[in-house]
Amino acid sequence: MKYYYYPGCSLEGTAKEYDISTRAFMSAMEIELLELEDWTCCGASAAPATGNLLSLALPARNIALAEKTNAAKEILVPCSACYLNLKQVEKKTGKDPELLSKINTILEEEHLRVTGGLRVRHLLDVLSKDIDAAAVSQRVQRSLNDMVIAPYYGCQCLRPYIEFDDPETPRSMEPLIEATGATIHAWRKGGQCCGASHMNTQMDVGIELVASILNAAKGADAIVTVCPMCQINLDAYQKKASRFAKEDLDMTVLYLPQLLGLAFGLTEKEIGLNYNLAVSDGFRKKLEG
Amino acid sequence: MNPVQHPEPPEGGVSTAVPDPLHAIQERVHACIQCGTCTGSCPNAFAMDYTPRAMWRLVLMGEKETLFNSRTFLLCSACYYCTLRCPRGLPLTETMEELKQIAARENHPVHKKSVLFYRNFLESVRRHGRVREMEFMTLYFLSLKNPFTPLQFTPLGLRLMGKGKVGIQVPSKGQRRLEALFRKAEELEEQE
Repeated sequence: MKYYYYPGCSLEGTAKEYDISTRAFMSAMEIELLELEDWTCCGASAAPATGNLLSLALPARNIALAEKTNAAKEILVPCSACYLNLKQVEKKTGKDPELLSKINTILEEEHLRVTGGLRVRHLLDVLSKDIDAAAVSQRVQRSLNDMVIAPYYGCQCLRPYIEFDDPETPRSMEPLIEATGATIHAWRKGGQCCGASHMNTQMDVGIELVASILNAAKGADAIVTVCPMCQINLDAYQKKASRFAKEDLDMTVLYLPQLLGLAFGLTEKEIGLNYNLAVSDGFRKKLEG
Repeated sequence: MNPVQHPEPPEGGVSTAVPDPLHAIQERVHACIQCGTCTGSCPNAFAMDYTPRAMWRLVLMGEKETLFNSRTFLLCSACYYCTLRCPRGLPLTETMEELKQIAARENHPVHKKSVLFYRNFLESVRRHGRVREMEFMTLYFLSLKNPFTPLQFTPLGLRLMGKGKVGIQVPSKGQRRLEALFRKAEELEEQE
């Protein structure tokens, strides 16, 4: 199996450990990732709030790069915001030739064009559908059977495009987590919003959402995420959220491939655990014990 | 479905050449039945001055002043619950984005902080092709002209630097990597 790989800007900075662990996990599964050469930003949430055409042209540029290379049929995207932006291009231009021609007029400036036919896939889609839990459990060397894990999906890998999971009660992570030996933390916050960029512009609102998610995760050893925005919101603002909620909301927040990598016996360095901001003492103890 | 009727320009008055950007938005949400599913689904409704349902009514009534002075669409975090659940199948989240676009173009003061955040993000992308997180936050703080906002983020910035996730990035203009693409998109956007 091979996929084009679009890491996106966060995976070069604040979500380095997501990039490191995704590559390490895929390599352990003998899946080839072809990183798009010269990829650029997908526009995040900034382009959609600025202009419709810009919000499609920025992700389309990356799809066009993949088409030009013609070495795989699908693009794997770990970041949910990047995924949605790229997916919008696939979905919208696929049924609107006039829109496609406008996008291509813009891409001509870069000597690129989109013709269609490439499929955009979220990392969780590929992990749960193409790889599946049985293949994961075969490679487990270090059972995590003393851990309880809260699967956190966030929004944009689930909605608005229903591609691989139920958008109201998502469960696609559960078999993968159970394959490591861990138990699922039962909660209803898995598909709730973390506040996204509110933490930068409307912190008073964002902190309420973050605090309620961290609070509902109590009893779990870690939250597992599949989006850099969700991860940093839950990982980086725990002190503020604790002050807001007037209780201790300390929690380890991992990326899904980090957890799977640990179960494969990969080292902390190989899954980039040194980059996570909040790894609790309790979690470390279980890891070492 | 009948199209929304818009008021004609006053008789004898000169019709302005610029069409009202709200008209296209009114067309899109015309089928709203005011059921309130959007409000019940919205994670941010608790912080809004008008609930999403009430805001869509303001849109349909053409109450522009109240609409653009409200924080409602600014507080949409694009979770897509309302879009998923709307019994009329209306593209509500996308339409929220379009309201943000109008607010950005018209420089409404209530939206200044978000508009500057997005603008500086895209400026970094325009220059380098990829966003440089620290450069973009530096540009954002400079544009806010408020010395206290950066202080809120200093502890996090230092922790991220300590981890080697981000480094100091002095804003640099360089070759403006995506200038041509941005210009062309803006040009076509104006013709829309």
